[in-house]
Amino acid sequence: MDYSFALQQLVYGLTVGCLYGLLAIGYSMVYGVLRLINFAHGDLLMVSAYIGFFGIVIFHLPWPVSFAGAIALTALLGILIDRGAYKPIRKSPRINALITAIGVSFLLENVALVTIGGRPKSFPTPGFVSGAIVVGDVSIPTLSVWVFVVTVVLLTLCMAVVKKTRIGIAMRALSRDMETVMLMGVDKDRVISFTFALGSALAAAGGIMWCMKYPAVEPFMGVIPGLKAFVAAVLGGIGSISGAAMGGMILGLAEVFIVAVQPEWSGYRDAVAFFLMIVILLTRPTGIMGERLPD
Amino acid sequence: MTWIVGIIAAIIMGVVPAAMAEEPINIGALLPMTGSVAAFGQMAWDGINTARKIEPEALGRPIDIKLSDTKSEKVDSANAVSRLIEKEKVVVVIGELISGNTIAASDYAERTKIPMVSPTATNPLVTQGKQFVFRVCFIDPEQGRVAAKLALDELHAKTAAIIYDISQDYCVGLKTFFQREFTQGGGKILGEVMYKMGDRDFTPQLSRIKSLKPDIIYAPIYYTECALIAKQAREMGLNAPILAGDGVQAPELIQLGGKAVEGIYFTAHFHTDTISTPMGKKFFELFTKEVGKELDSYTAQSADAYFVVVDAIKRAGSTDPVKIRDALSATKDFEGLTGKITIKPDGNAIKPMVVNKVKDGKFVYVTTIMP
Repeated sequence: MDYSFALQQLVYGLTVGCLYGLLAIGYSMVYGVLRLINFAHGDLLMVSAYIGFFGIVIFHLPWPVSFAGAIALTALLGILIDRGAYKPIRKSPRINALITAIGVSFLLENVALVTIGGRPKSFPTPGFVSGAIVVGDVSIPTLSVWVFVVTVVLLTLCMAVVKKTRIGIAMRALSRDMETVMLMGVDKDRVISFTFALGSALAAAGGIMWCMKYPAVEPFMGVIPGLKAFVAAVLGGIGSISGAAMGGMILGLAEVFIVAVQPEWSGYRDAVAFFLMIVILLTRPTGIMGERLPD
Repeated sequence: MTWIVGIIAAIIMGVVPAAMAEEPINIGALLPMTGSVAAFGQMAWDGINTARKIEPEALGRPIDIKLSDTKSEKVDSANAVSRLIEKEKVVVVIGELISGNTIAASDYAERTKIPMVSPTATNPLVTQGKQFVFRVCFIDPEQGRVAAKLALDELHAKTAAIIYDISQDYCVGLKTFFQREFTQGGGKILGEVMYKMGDRDFTPQLSRIKSLKPDIIYAPIYYTECALIAKQAREMGLNAPILAGDGVQAPELIQLGGKAVEGIYFTAHFHTDTISTPMGKKFFELFTKEVGKELDSYTAQSADAYFVVVDAIKRAGSTDPVKIRDALSATKDFEGLTGKITIKPDGNAIKPMVVNKVKDGKFVYVTTIMP
């Protein structure tokens, strides 16, 4: 493997990694606040892809309007899912919420299947993302540049919100001790809704970029990315935003490099991802950036 | 109370004449209506329904088609076939369309002695060692041979790289047969890369192929992945011609792939340009009028499977599944819509193979080869 081939793979790996990372942040934030693994998170990617698709193809909206609408509506759906499915069982054991999350995931997939049908639709890609920038022997697709920039911007924004704003402080406080925070007069439900909205909006942004890169929109398109993002979130230390982004990058790069270096193993790409997760969990049970457990 | 009486009267009046009429013959349609190869299932369902309009009855009894969705999954195929046989009491099953699912479902049909006819499952294992499983299409050793010949003689390729789906029996089988024939014909396989159904990113695999610089890329895979692979390959400047199999013939290939799939050659079951039988002309006319879609391989093959099944029921003179099996295995020179169909004792059909090409956003007929 020569130098430029490796650099080329780095570009591909980072692109995939950014997409996993965006999705993983949402997993991580919801887990941080509620200790709930929201398995419906991957399907929000699918929902936003369909909204973006219908906005452009059926309603002939310009793409910025359609994409903004997709992100806003998906964020709203995130809040509705929390209010409808998770809030009523907030006091139940944690396993109930987990099973409910799986149920919500199946519900979203099957509603899409029944109403829209199972045949993949072609996602219309705006012209400005096509083409590639060639540097020496390495070609960097324009879309990869966009994905990288958008991911970095969203990640920075997200970190700023969580670290600096009042609601961000409330989120972090809730994740430490819910009861005390409520005694301080913080509106718990508002903070949780905000967490879901933010996480879902990130998933929606990820979904739209995912579709530009792999333009096949279908009801089950969120399952695999959702699973990978979950692995990424666990890798990085679930509950930590920068950890989730880092986990996504590691996973994306590992997947691409394993195939590029050992093509005979390309069928075992997912196995590698999960093996990586097992190794990290065995050595660092709370993930790379996770908090250390008290002994 | 009067409205209840009214409803009951309506039900009785509706049901009694139906009950007095001949009881329908139930035929099962085991199709992937959702999931990764949903396009095939939906095209096949159109075909079977149009075929039923042409031949709505057998032995003086109407034919009823019971649909069961396999979700394009092996486990769901096995469940769906048992539902058709146990609950819907079908006497014969048409399906499944892809090899892996047909193999998964055929075990149950074989054990319960219900004949099964697959319109398009091409892997040799589908019928191997089975008494009750048939197909109305060619098999993959033949398809691999034709593809290798096409690559060597028509595309003048000396070297090839292969990309295939490791989780599908069809892809693994066809890849092996192509590899054997291409090497025997003097070609060289430079390398092979794989992926798993559901993968969407093929960039590392394709950059590997790019570094091998093959004359052609052989892709014995299904349409969604083929479209995405073509797109990603062209984006990274990998412009070697792509040669595929019958698994890519769905409108989605062109919708998803756009310009990137232009010039893809593939071996297939059927093209409307090859219609020669009276049945074919009749079907084409009716299908164009009623459904109005493009008449593709999966539609035509499924309609033919229906015609072969109805013909077998008529010749058997009974709806006893074992007698239908015997009649199916004696199918000889049956004039279907895709041509003359003969089923050999091993359950496989003798069928000509069509070569198609994507040109200007359409499937264009190139040639017919008798394997």
